[in-house]
Amino acid sequence: MIALSYVWWLASLVLAAAAVFDLRARRWGNAAFWALIAIVFAAGDSILAADKAGNRLPTQLVGVAVVVMALLAGSGLMRRAPATETDAAARDASAQRLGHRLFGPALMIPLVTTVLYLLSPYLVAGDWRLFPASNATVPALALGCCVAVVFALRVTRARPVQALRESSRLLDQLSWAVVLPMLLAALGGVFESTGVGAAVAGLIGQVIPTDSRLACTVAYGLGMIAFTMIMGNAFAAFPVMTGGIALPLLIRQHGGDPAVIGALGMLTGYCGTLLTPMAANFNIVPAVLLELKDSYGVIRMQAATAVLLAATNIALMYFLAFR
Amino acid sequence: MSYWPLLGVAAVVAGFALRLNPMLVVVAAGFVSGFAAGLSLPDQFALLGKAFVSTRAPLLIVLTLPVVGLLEHAGLRKHAQRWIAGLYYMSLSLLLICYMALRQILGAFGLTSIGGPAQTVRPLIAPMSEAAARKTAPDLDDEQRERTRALAAATDNVGLFFGEDVFVAFGAVLLIQTFYSANGIELAPFAIALWAIPTAFAAFIIHALRIVVFQYGLRRRAAEPRA
Repeated sequence: MIALSYVWWLASLVLAAAAVFDLRARRWGNAAFWALIAIVFAAGDSILAADKAGNRLPTQLVGVAVVVMALLAGSGLMRRAPATETDAAARDASAQRLGHRLFGPALMIPLVTTVLYLLSPYLVAGDWRLFPASNATVPALALGCCVAVVFALRVTRARPVQALRESSRLLDQLSWAVVLPMLLAALGGVFESTGVGAAVAGLIGQVIPTDSRLACTVAYGLGMIAFTMIMGNAFAAFPVMTGGIALPLLIRQHGGDPAVIGALGMLTGYCGTLLTPMAANFNIVPAVLLELKDSYGVIRMQAATAVLLAATNIALMYFLAFR
Repeated sequence: MSYWPLLGVAAVVAGFALRLNPMLVVVAAGFVSGFAAGLSLPDQFALLGKAFVSTRAPLLIVLTLPVVGLLEHAGLRKHAQRWIAGLYYMSLSLLLICYMALRQILGAFGLTSIGGPAQTVRPLIAPMSEAAARKTAPDLDDEQRERTRALAAATDNVGLFFGEDVFVAFGAVLLIQTFYSANGIELAPFAIALWAIPTAFAAFIIHALRIVVFQYGLRRRAAEPRA
C-alpha cells in the first residue's frame, strides 16, 4: 500500500535536495530553511505518534523550528533567487524541437492523479489496497507526479538529477512563500484553541438587531467573510459563525431553511477567501509562482468578482432561505 | 468570555497592513493570542509545533516542482505561447472563460486536482494568456503582462471554489452536514450541494463578464495613440 508516510518522505526528498544544492552554492540561510522543513516532513508521523503517547518534547522542538524558520525568512538571511532566464536561446531551440511533446508530461500530473483517484476503490486485492481508504487523493497525486517525472525525463532526455536541480531552483524562487500556507493553517489551529473564534462570534452577536431577518442575514454573510479573511479559511469560519449567528437567529428564531443557509453561508465565506493574504496557497503562492512584482496582485484581480458574488450570495440566501 | 485572544487577530491585521514578512507576522500573532489566553511558553511551542505537523498537505505542491521545472527548462512555456499565438480564433477571454468552465464542471464531479497554480497556471495557462493578450494589444507593457498573469491565477481560483461545492462528497458539504447533525438537524448531503448551484452560475457569469471587460480595456489601451 502507498501509505501517506511514503508521500511525506518523497516530499522531504525534494526539500532535502534543495538544502544540498543551496549548501553547495553557499546560500546558508536557504540551506538551513529547507533542511529544517525536510526534517519536519520526514519525521512528522513519528512526532505526532510521540505527542499522542504523551511525549511533548518532539512537538515542542517543531515549534522552536517553526520560530527559527520564521526568523530566517524575516531577517533576510534567506534570499529569494532571481527569476533570470540565462539560457533563453537554448530553451527556445528545445521548444522548437520538442513542440507538442512537452504538453504530455505536463498534462500527465492531473490526468494520472484523477484516473488513479477514480479507480482507487477498485485497486484492491483482498485486504491489500493500493491507496489508504481514508485519503486516496494525496497518494494519487504523488504517484501522478512520479509517472510525470519519468515521462518528462524521457521527453527531455535530461538526467534524473536535473529534475531535482530544477525543483531546487523553483523552491529558491518560491522561497518561504511555499511554507506560508502550512503556517497559516497552524495559526488557525492556535486561534481555535485560544478561543479567538468564540470571542468574534460573541462580539458580532452583541451588535446586530436580532429581530430583523434582513439584518441577521447580512450580519451572517459579512461575518463569514470577515472571519474567513482573518482565518484564511472558510472551513474554520463556518462552525464559529453558523453556531454564533445562523443557528440561534436565522434558523431557530426566524425559521430559515438550514440547507440553504449552510450552503450559501459557506460560499459567502469563499468570497472572503478570494480577498485575503491569509489564504496564502490561493492568493500569495500563485503571485510568487507567476513572478508578479505585487504580491497582492492576484487578490486585486479577484476583488471585484468576490464583492459582486458576495452580494449575490447574501441576496440569494435572504430570498431562498425564507421562501 | 475573554476577549484578550482577539489581540492575535489585531496582530495579523496590523502585520499585513504594515507589509511585514508574513512568516514573522503569523508566528508573532500565534504567540500574542497564546499569551493573551494565558498559556505558558512550553505549551505554546507544543501547540504551534503540533498544529504545524498536522497540516502538511498544502506543501505537497513541491511534488509537482521537478516535473514543472524540467519542462520549463526544455521550453514548455515558450511552446505554449507560440501555440496559442498561432491559433487565429483564440482570444484571452475565450481561453480563460473555457478554462474556468472546465475547472467548474470537473470540480463539480470532484476532480479538483486537475488544475492549480503549480500544475496548470504557471506552466500553461499564464503563458497562454499572455500570448492571447498580445493578439489584442501587440505591445503589451509590463504592467499589463502582470495583470494578465494575475487574472489567469484568479480565474483558476474562481473556477475551483465555485465548482467543488456542487460535488456531494466534497469536504465543505460534509462539514456543513456534520455541523448540523451535531446540532440536531439531519440533512442529506445532496440537499446541501443543490443550493450551491445558483452560486456556481452566478460566479461564472460575473467572472466571465470581468474577463471580457479586462480584454476590452486592453483593446482600448492599444487603440490609444502613444503619448
